[in-house]
Amino acid sequence: MTDWRITPRLPEHPDFLWAEAEPKASYDVVIVGAGGHGLATAYYLAKNHGITNVAVLERGWLAGGNMARNTTIIRSNYLWDESAAIYEHALALWEGLEAELDCEVAFSQRGVLNLAHSLGDVREGRRRVNANQLNGIDAQWLTPEEVQKIAPILNISSDVRYPVLGGTFQARAGIAKHDWVAWGYARAAHAMGVDLIQDCEVIGVLREGDRVVGVDTVRGPIRAAQVGLAAAGHSSVITAPLGLRLPLQSFPLQALVSELLEQVLDTVVMSNAVHVYVSQAHKGELVMGAGIDGYVGYGQRGSFPVIEHQMAAAIELFPIFARAHVLRTWGGIVDVSPDASPIVGLTPYDGLYVNCGWGTGGFKATPGIGWVFADTIANDRPHPLAAPFSLARFDSGVLIDEHGAAAVAH
Amino acid sequence: MLRIPCPWCGPRDETEFAYGSQAHIAYPVDPSTVDDAAWAAYLFFRDNPRGWFAERWMHRAGCQRWFNVIRHTVTYEIAASYPPGAAGPGADALSAAEAPIGHRA
Repeated sequence: MTDWRITPRLPEHPDFLWAEAEPKASYDVVIVGAGGHGLATAYYLAKNHGITNVAVLERGWLAGGNMARNTTIIRSNYLWDESAAIYEHALALWEGLEAELDCEVAFSQRGVLNLAHSLGDVREGRRRVNANQLNGIDAQWLTPEEVQKIAPILNISSDVRYPVLGGTFQARAGIAKHDWVAWGYARAAHAMGVDLIQDCEVIGVLREGDRVVGVDTVRGPIRAAQVGLAAAGHSSVITAPLGLRLPLQSFPLQALVSELLEQVLDTVVMSNAVHVYVSQAHKGELVMGAGIDGYVGYGQRGSFPVIEHQMAAAIELFPIFARAHVLRTWGGIVDVSPDASPIVGLTPYDGLYVNCGWGTGGFKATPGIGWVFADTIANDRPHPLAAPFSLARFDSGVLIDEHGAAAVAH
Repeated sequence: MLRIPCPWCGPRDETEFAYGSQAHIAYPVDPSTVDDAAWAAYLFFRDNPRGWFAERWMHRAGCQRWFNVIRHTVTYEIAASYPPGAAGPGADALSAAEAPIGHRA
């Protein structure tokens, strides 16, 4: 496998990716949303379960939603057992993904630092390291000096408003090239017979009684024995006409990149307290993100004060970034659940399955949730890793509260 | 940058305000009698429309009073703001007047 940390080049395109399909009248399974989650789900439906009469419907272009807009951070250092299990399952799949898909995705295990700036951060970080280790997930607590060895350009002076008091480090964490991940899954799914259909917005759900029997689209109705939603920020728009309410609020989440720079940062640095996360992409851009915008919205653009705040945080941590320039900014629409954990599984309607609520953290889960959601659909019951993330948990009160516990605020 | 019309202070930048999510959510009249589903609906389930939305804001850096705003969640246009307790123009009436962008009626 290529060591992407020391190989600043991009992978070559395969000679052939996939062919656009015309929608058929019916399928065994329709997946709504051709982002990373939808494509991975289709791939594992075909690969693991032999279900190939599958269509993936996309209202825009393939992987043009949040899959094109995220900051590509991959890690599994979540606090709670349920989250650690599903994200670690994903991370293990990431580690074999290039071989699995026979396609480079520039998966680079360059590590993720989560900085602590207050006594509360330090306690939370140490607790999370212990929890991770008990779950068999690699995690270490680092002193400020150890943090700086990993990221020498980081300012660890005590003479700043939010000094670095230490940090957690997951060495197996990292980044991947998001487009290549989507194209790799699309190519492999297409090769097994999955139809990938762009410009095919779902505008309704077909049902007979309590059973969902397909979807209505801008290109006409498409029947399906099973429908899986992987529509992120638009999930509640799709289920609303069914009278199925999801406990989601959709917010813009922004990211930005600088111009191409020489390599100055070969790990991922996240700071919850000052709220910025940054890595340097293979081509050389600094890639930065922060928290969600302050109010619900479906406009795929952001609020400028959020960018201003994250740049202030970035420059305090990395004074040399003051010389970089913002090249472009953008926003994606993320669906945030009340406990900042995803909602995966069955619904009150037979034949309808949801995969939503990933909020700001869905990219890292891509292979894992594809695997788990495909298994859930194929067997019409929640995969064991998905079971705790049921829609019913909001009635039972068995929440998986990752707000603030997941190493970064959502 | 939104310019949010505070009913008492007039239009100000969004950075002066705190967000309070969906407006007009009534606290259960007799909380001890509601079942788990009704309690969950009150605590966790909110409308999430692509279109007009009645929501609460608080003028944190100004008068520190809560009020309600009718805002479009795609264009971010603000149609009205009004004090708590007052009847708004109603998100339903606005939805009928203007279909959300990019979404077939």
